Amino acid sequence: MIELSHVTKSFPQGRSAVTALDDLSLTIGDREMFGIVGESGSGKSTLLRLINHLEAPTSGTVRVGGEDLGALSPRELRVRRRGIGMVFQQFNLLGNATVHDNVARPLRLQRRREPDTVQQMLEFVKMAGHSRKHPSQLSGGEQQRVAIARALVTRPKILLCDEPTSALDSGTTDEVMAILRDVRDRFGTTIVLVSHELEVIKASCDRAAVLSGGRLAALTEVTPPPPRERFDSYAARAREFLA
Amino acid sequence: MSALLARLAEYRGEILISILETGIMMANSLLAALLVGLPIGTLLYLARPGGPYPRPALHRALNLYVNVVRSVPFLLFVVALIPVTRALVGTSFGTTAASVPLAFVAAALYARFSEQTLLDVPEQTVELARSLGAGPLQLIGLFLYPEARSGLVLSLTTVTISMVSYSTIMGVVGGGGVGDFAIRYGYQTYEYDLMYTMILLMIVAVMLIQGAGTLTARLIDKRAR
Ligand SMILES: Nc1ncnc2c1ncn2[C@@H]1O[C@H](COP(=O)(O)OP(=O)(O)OP(=O)(O)O)[C@@H](O)[C@H]1O
Ligand SMILES: [Mg+2]
Repeated sequence: MIELSHVTKSFPQGRSAVTALDDLSLTIGDREMFGIVGESGSGKSTLLRLINHLEAPTSGTVRVGGEDLGALSPRELRVRRRGIGMVFQQFNLLGNATVHDNVARPLRLQRRREPDTVQQMLEFVKMAGHSRKHPSQLSGGEQQRVAIARALVTRPKILLCDEPTSALDSGTTDEVMAILRDVRDRFGTTIVLVSHELEVIKASCDRAAVLSGGRLAALTEVTPPPPRERFDSYAARAREFLA
Repeated sequence: MSALLARLAEYRGEILISILETGIMMANSLLAALLVGLPIGTLLYLARPGGPYPRPALHRALNLYVNVVRSVPFLLFVVALIPVTRALVGTSFGTTAASVPLAFVAAALYARFSEQTLLDVPEQTVELARSLGAGPLQLIGLFLYPEARSGLVLSLTTVTISMVSYSTIMGVVGGGGVGDFAIRYGYQTYEYDLMYTMILLMIVAVMLIQGAGTLTARLIDKRAR
């Protein structure tokens, strides 16, 4: 469970300050797939960074699993952070590491060597055949799948995704979103998904928050689209859209 | 040609010793670059304002060291450093003593180069490391250095080549070396054949070092297709 209560976050800017989040309260349940939408600059990434303790709130509290993050030491925060996976818009893979080593890196940070887990995760995202390649040899969609495997390899309870499909074309977007839905169904992971693409949120999330100028403009249940709008392949989607 | 070979054979001992002396000075400089320069460069990167671990006072102090060492003309620096050299190695004369100012310069140069190389690592890499709960040493060893490795090799190559050049004037404190040999015979006794042979030797050495550095950097860079 993720609970934000009256969270305000402002960044100093010269003499004044920018308020990225303004008195925001929000609860995200376990195993929920929760969407966050909003215009550029509305505070979406800041919200994720607060949940991941990369940023401390200026006021208010952020609780994850009932624990107030403001009360933890930097070392404890680092340990908690390892229980939360993160997926980025630009994938953030290490260019000089192989696919296998990229996925193994979070385990290495914890001095764990679990080649079987790495292999399992690569199979889960259907990238097992590419484990010796480097990221530059992969397409954007493949890179994002590797990044998802990396985020999952430590079996986090929470997965934070910041615009995971914004650098991808629509066919690849469907592929990556199908994997994220699988993650939730198979591992019971709570997923918080930031995207400016409304269709992406609509197709996958249970609920969504709309941010505007750092405030919660709306909180809504998401009605899934009629099933035919979910396409298994880019070709099917393109044919349906164009015909 | 055979005349030159005969002369080189005649001076064989002295030439070998001068090569050995240059080797010692280079090795000491590179050791200083790696063991002192790289940590300083890494701290400059980490501790900078807006960096991953801002420490303004530390950053200013290290920056001052690098700037001071790099701004004093080298010959003057060698002389000015004599008391320090004497305190460190017990003498201010000879190859070991000559290594001291070279080591200071090599460390300062590589500190600046490695700082700049690390600044080229994408901010996303740091963001990733932090999101995975990496501590400072993990950030350096598992994220920054692996991603910056080809740049670090290239800049170490540049430092090495600069040190070949700096080491030529170490004759002033009895450092010896190839450059000193060339100057002694070329400038003081007008034996140009020996001088040009030594210059050629240094050109070849620099080309080999650069070639090896460029090749290594290319082989370990997997970031682009
Ligand atoms: N580290 C920071 N320092 C200063 N200002 C910041 C910082 N991080 C975010 N901001 C500001 O806070 C506001 C919200 O930023 P945020 O990145 O959360 O927006 P976003 O909704 O993710 O936007 P986008 O869709 O463009 O990614 C912006 O005005 C931004 O300039
Ligand atoms: Mg953002």
